[in-house]
Amino acid sequence: MSVSLQAPPAKSPVPQPPPAARRAGLLTPWILLLPGLLWLVVFFLVPILTSVGASVQTGNADQGYRLTWDWGNYGHGLSDYLPQYGHSLLYSVLCTVFCLLLGYPVAYCIAFRGGRFKSLLMALVVVPSFTSFLIRTIAWKTILSDNGPIVSVLNDLHVLNATTAMGWTVGNHVLASPAAVVFGMVYNFLPFMILPLYTSLEKIDPRLHEAGSDLYCDTFATWRRVTLPLSMPGVVGGTLLTFIPAVGDYINAQLLGNPNTGVVGQKIEDLFLRQTDGYPVGSAISVVLMAGTLILVLLYIRKAGTEDLI
Amino acid sequence: MSSNDVLGRGTGGDLRLAGLTKRFGSFTAVDHLDLTIPQGSFFALLGASGCGKTTTLRMVSGLEAPSEGRIFLGDDDVTERKPHRRPVNTVFQNYALFPHLDVYENVAFGLRRRGIKDVKQQVADMLDLVELGHLARRRPSQLSGGQQQRIALARALINQPQVLLLDEPLGALDLKLRRQMQIELKRIQTEVGLTFVHVTHDQEEAMTMADTIAVMNSGRIEQMGSPADLYENPGTTFVANFLGQSNLIPGTVEGVRGDVVTVTAHGQRLTLPADRCRTDTGAVILGVRPEKVRLAPAGSALPPGVNALAGGVVSDASFIGVSTQYLVRLPSGEELAVFEQNTGCEIQRPGTEVVVHWDPSQSFGLDGSQDIEAGADLDEESAA
Repeated sequence: MSVSLQAPPAKSPVPQPPPAARRAGLLTPWILLLPGLLWLVVFFLVPILTSVGASVQTGNADQGYRLTWDWGNYGHGLSDYLPQYGHSLLYSVLCTVFCLLLGYPVAYCIAFRGGRFKSLLMALVVVPSFTSFLIRTIAWKTILSDNGPIVSVLNDLHVLNATTAMGWTVGNHVLASPAAVVFGMVYNFLPFMILPLYTSLEKIDPRLHEAGSDLYCDTFATWRRVTLPLSMPGVVGGTLLTFIPAVGDYINAQLLGNPNTGVVGQKIEDLFLRQTDGYPVGSAISVVLMAGTLILVLLYIRKAGTEDLI
Repeated sequence: MSSNDVLGRGTGGDLRLAGLTKRFGSFTAVDHLDLTIPQGSFFALLGASGCGKTTTLRMVSGLEAPSEGRIFLGDDDVTERKPHRRPVNTVFQNYALFPHLDVYENVAFGLRRRGIKDVKQQVADMLDLVELGHLARRRPSQLSGGQQQRIALARALINQPQVLLLDEPLGALDLKLRRQMQIELKRIQTEVGLTFVHVTHDQEEAMTMADTIAVMNSGRIEQMGSPADLYENPGTTFVANFLGQSNLIPGTVEGVRGDVVTVTAHGQRLTLPADRCRTDTGAVILGVRPEKVRLAPAGSALPPGVNALAGGVVSDASFIGVSTQYLVRLPSGEELAVFEQNTGCEIQRPGTEVVVHWDPSQSFGLDGSQDIEAGADLDEESAA
């Protein structure tokens, strides 16, 4: 069937706006999109392409860099910094897991038991972020220091012997160890886990809990069969919001770790800011980090089956 | 079914509430309720919002712990039992279907929880019963209100509970669908033969479905009986006003002769059967339902032995097809409602002088010390 755009105007039941207004109506979404698109192109797409370009260049700061399509930068980067990739992945996965284990009960309690204090409690979760990330992390140096309360308690309980044997702490210290790095990361990223968890838990109708217990679920079974599946969007959101920044984080490793806890972020910083010929390899390892994170996230989302979630 | 399975499902029996009380702080929601609901009956708890009917239901399901009193199922005291250990299931007011599960899994939920492996046949049968077998793989959010309601019913019924609790199950449906579901619910109840306890504020809904209605007011049962019983012979002004509409006329008992009580109201003599009068001395409130009252032109001859009030003037007449609803203002200023069936008789215009009359056996007498308006506004409120 052919559609005539020139319908007889007299018979048109709905008065049409004048053509100029109609055109403006079609343009409006694009006009609204434009600032955001421009921002993304200039500050996201261009830098990424620049990084990819830089990763196949050769040269140094004095003589300048030339595009030589030297894919060897990737080989060097990967073989030289494999342990750091391993650390980044291990620490960020551990950080995400601990954040989930610590954050879920907090978000659950605030969402279902918070009553009129809900907003206040959520504000308290966020309040520490008003202090600089750096200062908060440095503060952990004091808390975890050898004469601090945590170390003395752990020492008294002989926990440190065990953790040292496993390689998580060093001697009788907590500071400057993998444990301290993960500690710091968990502390810093916990709000990013709690916020999306709280949002999805808070949306769950408490009457569904009653329906669960009416249909033979005890408290745990209700959580397992009703609450958990319904909070999966929050779990997926929270783990992504924690994992993605955690995998690139290097401040915690820098301040709370030791030379053996190096992560990729530290090496990228080092190559870019302290080496005279570091740009190509630095770019290569950051491109690998980005691509690797992207692949992991895609696999995870696929596995978590978010399309099945509410 | 075994005589005593995991849920402590006994051999069945009546649901019995003994001195059941629930206090929230200083507010008493349910006040020493004593009630026996026979097995297999369709029982309605009827009352305005805040009368304690939902709280009573929640105590039976275990979602609310009573402050005092016991709950028995047959011979078992289930008062202390957790909700998931009671052979009782609920159809929630907002249905509370699990949004992450499809219709099939929602219905299968209780069976699976009880460790029943082969649920296929039972779920299919149950979906057939509520006529929604073709929607088994839909999500609740993809269903209409009426369909969700039936799934909620199926999800509860499939567990063959000893008592099925329905908390305003039709409240969210539009009028037409509500009528249809009332018939449906009644059919299903007759078919499965379980005890249904139905909480509602809609008196018509309660009357349509229930075998027995308990009218609740301020945490107590005002009156209990069959729908016809409550309607024809209300025991209090609250029931008379809340359940349908009543003309209530304050008067004084003149005397009792045999099984006839004589009352004077507005200076006129009225009679009623003694077994329909709840007081035999002093102040009385004489009631009569609007559809029992007839109009006659002033001065015309009345059938012998009727109760008649003369000197009324028609103040309003609304023709609504099956009947004409009149308001008749008596010389005392009181207005009586009269529903005259449309049998072809002439409509009386406002301003016409009339005599209202009715068969004495249709009147009822209530204790005169009560608030004559009790329950009247509540009905309008909940009907809205």
